[in-house]
Amino acid sequence: MEPLLKSTHVVEMFGGLKAVSDFNIYINPGELIGLIGPNGAGKTTAFNLFTGVYQPTSGTIEFDGQNIAGLKPYEITQRGIARTFQNIRLFSELSVLDNVKIAFHSHVKYSVAEAVFRVGRYFDEEALVTAESHRLLSIFKLDDKAEETAKNLPYGAQRRLEIARALAAKPKLLLLDEPAAGMNPQETHELMEMIRWIRDQFSLTILLIEHDMSLVMGICERIYVLEYGEIIAHGTPEQIQNNPEVIRAYLGGEA
Amino acid sequence: MNSVQKNDLRLLVFGVVLFAVIGGAMEGGFIGSFWKLNIILIGINVILSASLNLINGYTGQFSLGHAGFMAVGAYVGVILTTNFHLPLIAGMVGGGLAAAVLGFLIGLPTLRLNGDYLAIATLGLGEIIRIVIMNIQYVGGAAGFSGIPHLTTFPWVFATMLLTLFAIKNFVNSSHGRACIAIRENEIAAAAMGINTTKYKVLAFTIGAAFAGVAGALFAHCFYIISPGSFTFMQSFNYLIMVVLGGLGSLTGSIAGAFVVTALSAALADWPEFRMIIYALALILLMFYRPQGLFGYVELTKLAPFSRLRGLKGGREE
Repeated sequence: MEPLLKSTHVVEMFGGLKAVSDFNIYINPGELIGLIGPNGAGKTTAFNLFTGVYQPTSGTIEFDGQNIAGLKPYEITQRGIARTFQNIRLFSELSVLDNVKIAFHSHVKYSVAEAVFRVGRYFDEEALVTAESHRLLSIFKLDDKAEETAKNLPYGAQRRLEIARALAAKPKLLLLDEPAAGMNPQETHELMEMIRWIRDQFSLTILLIEHDMSLVMGICERIYVLEYGEIIAHGTPEQIQNNPEVIRAYLGGEA
Repeated sequence: MNSVQKNDLRLLVFGVVLFAVIGGAMEGGFIGSFWKLNIILIGINVILSASLNLINGYTGQFSLGHAGFMAVGAYVGVILTTNFHLPLIAGMVGGGLAAAVLGFLIGLPTLRLNGDYLAIATLGLGEIIRIVIMNIQYVGGAAGFSGIPHLTTFPWVFATMLLTLFAIKNFVNSSHGRACIAIRENEIAAAAMGINTTKYKVLAFTIGAAFAGVAGALFAHCFYIISPGSFTFMQSFNYLIMVVLGGLGSLTGSIAGAFVVTALSAALADWPEFRMIIYALALILLMFYRPQGLFGYVELTKLAPFSRLRGLKGGREE
């Protein structure tokens, strides 16, 4: 099976600092993969490389058989990678519904002229976008808050809205950057169920960064461990839990 | 007909009624020539503030060069009508297109800048446009362009204003407009949602410039002579004040802002020494008590009393 995402010898330098070095991972279609590591290990940098926020200093990133290194973020999203952010980046002054509607952007086909004169596909497509947005919101139990301003939502709901918004872009690969950050155990448990469910429902491939080990070990099929910009371990949750390198990285001391 | 179209129709009917009332009062001799001119100027300023609002308020790109685009529209317009004896509509379309082309060319490099830097760049470019015009002898240079036919009438201004407002309203309520608003709210997230941020910034800038050009052509044909002095950066500031006072990201606000600022400065025309003081005080007070402007991000048509009314009507019809 061809991997959906494959990075080969990716290096990212910030001036003299090697944020990510010789980063090689592969993700097969339909997999649920975890990326873990101590703070500052380069996990979010890896996400930023996959989504075009940063350009790799060297190496290639292949998605769906094409090299996407060097593409702009919007081009990568249009090819099928969507993400959430570690520090929530909602359109905070807009309504919950508008947040989701915006993400349908690249799937809306009517032109500027059709919008200005309200002819052609405008009404049909707008109705479709609104209906699909409500459908997504109801999946994430946000439908009753559709008209609420996004910044007024409770923290957990804002995280769910970010996932709903990312799904509206209709990705093949979903990148979740610490989806459970700031959630209580009950919310985290619900989130786990939801991640698994959306993966099956939307036939997604998911890569997630998370510090909550109960979540990572509970749902990820394979895990990559990053430390100081390098992958130090890779394997199933059981293999990772028993890997001396990983234990050293997390707990310190001699391995 | 769906609810959106019904709402549009209601707004259109309201516009026509307003036109009939004001137009009737002007024709019937209830309004003196001074206020006649100022009513026309209010209409033109609504076009300018609404189009600037598309750039500054909806897309969040701080532009201070609006008077420059207005000048291009004005000069191209008067050349077409005065030198080539074309009708006003040709002058408006020509002026609008010229301003749009210039807006596109200026927007492409400058919209890479953010915030203060963009403001300064657009301020400078607006001034460059004015000074270039000042040095073109074909259009009269610093002395100005004279002999302009007085073609701008209230119906022309009102119709153009309605058209502008509908066009901008429809644009911002579409996927394309939502892309612009997303850029204002969070550019990184907008790009991550598949929005080509450069394209939409330039698009908003170009559309805004086009309407400023049309307004410039209308403005020029109110007078016998126009000169580069009518399009200084103080003029750009004036439109910015209308937008901020009315409320960024609100078309109702742009209408209110253009009306308040234009009417206030006309009413205070006899006391020029107090004018700027009152003007400044009004702004300071507004910034203290209502920093989001009169209608910050809110449309009058979406406020509670209106929607309740709509809901009631919908209930009865069903």
